[in-house]
Amino acid sequence: MAENKISMRYIEPHGHMVSRTTDDYQAMALAGCKAICEPAFWAGFDRKSADGFYDYFCQLTQHEPKRAAKYCIPHYAWLCINPKESEDMGLAKEVMAMIPEFLKAPTVLGIGEIGLNKNTRNELKIFEAHVDLAVQHNQLILVHTPHLEDKRKGTQLIMDALKANGKVQPSRVIIDHVEEHTMAAVLDQGYWAGITLYPESKASPQRAVDMIETISAQRVWLNSACDWGHSDPLSVPKAALEMRRRGHSSAAIDRLVFGNPVEFLSQCPKFISPEA
Amino acid sequence: MEARARLLDLAAFLDRLERARGVDDHRVRGLRAALPLLLEKDAARVAKILNLWSDPTTEPIEKGDSKAASGVWPKIK
Repeated sequence: MAENKISMRYIEPHGHMVSRTTDDYQAMALAGCKAICEPAFWAGFDRKSADGFYDYFCQLTQHEPKRAAKYCIPHYAWLCINPKESEDMGLAKEVMAMIPEFLKAPTVLGIGEIGLNKNTRNELKIFEAHVDLAVQHNQLILVHTPHLEDKRKGTQLIMDALKANGKVQPSRVIIDHVEEHTMAAVLDQGYWAGITLYPESKASPQRAVDMIETISAQRVWLNSACDWGHSDPLSVPKAALEMRRRGHSSAAIDRLVFGNPVEFLSQCPKFISPEA
Repeated sequence: MEARARLLDLAAFLDRLERARGVDDHRVRGLRAALPLLLEKDAARVAKILNLWSDPTTEPIEKGDSKAASGVWPKIK
């Protein structure tokens, strides 16, 4: 009975809330969401100039925290130019030059979601430049790994580049969107791993719990990566429900969906633990 | 029941493919190549299938054909 007294609480460590409605914020708050972290990403179309990114960074650091606050949810951001728009290296460098100014914002936690999309040479160069930027400014790093057939190769290229930098502490990097064929390698090299819960193109709540049970629940977080596409902002509490159905303890569930993200995010002093 | 429903959906999809006319598609090749793995006595079926569908090369490419991935490496046999 004592276990059931622990009420559900969780962190959404990766949600693209600029694409979601206020109904989503309300549903997440009611489900026990205590904080949301929003990495910069692709809008579904290519922005034509750095000005578009300047406005987006203002939205992430100024407007969206106010929208989330109406539902009593603290909102944090990660900044970068995403890999899908990194092919134009001139634009990418122009955008990256603006980032240090925004890193001073009180809710910016680090550089992300950087990474690769189609594993091109230009994407890799811009990824390496972002890693340098993060190291220079002592920032946490959130990494996007490529989709589907490009994931395994891209994950390896990303880990090779992080290692080659020489100054990156793996414990300050989360490599997101891992699946069954990449998760162990990410954890073995000392990084944190993010499991993304998507209705089709990533892991289901059931598969995520399988991975937790068979690979590791340590240095792992779950996220919905909810955005403008087919995605579910309540997928993290749904995975928690799946764990409960399988008989996991309330403490184990709380550790995974609340404690783990708090542990990683608290490496940035700007992140205020919801327990505080 | 959930697995039953998904298996029947897959069977129905393969039936529709039989009825359809079209050119060879690498995604269908990948799907068919993965089916025998389901019957292997192994607890790593998901990883095996994901690896089967993955790009096996190791060097970055010059430029992608599109921004999107298709789900199966296009050169799969």
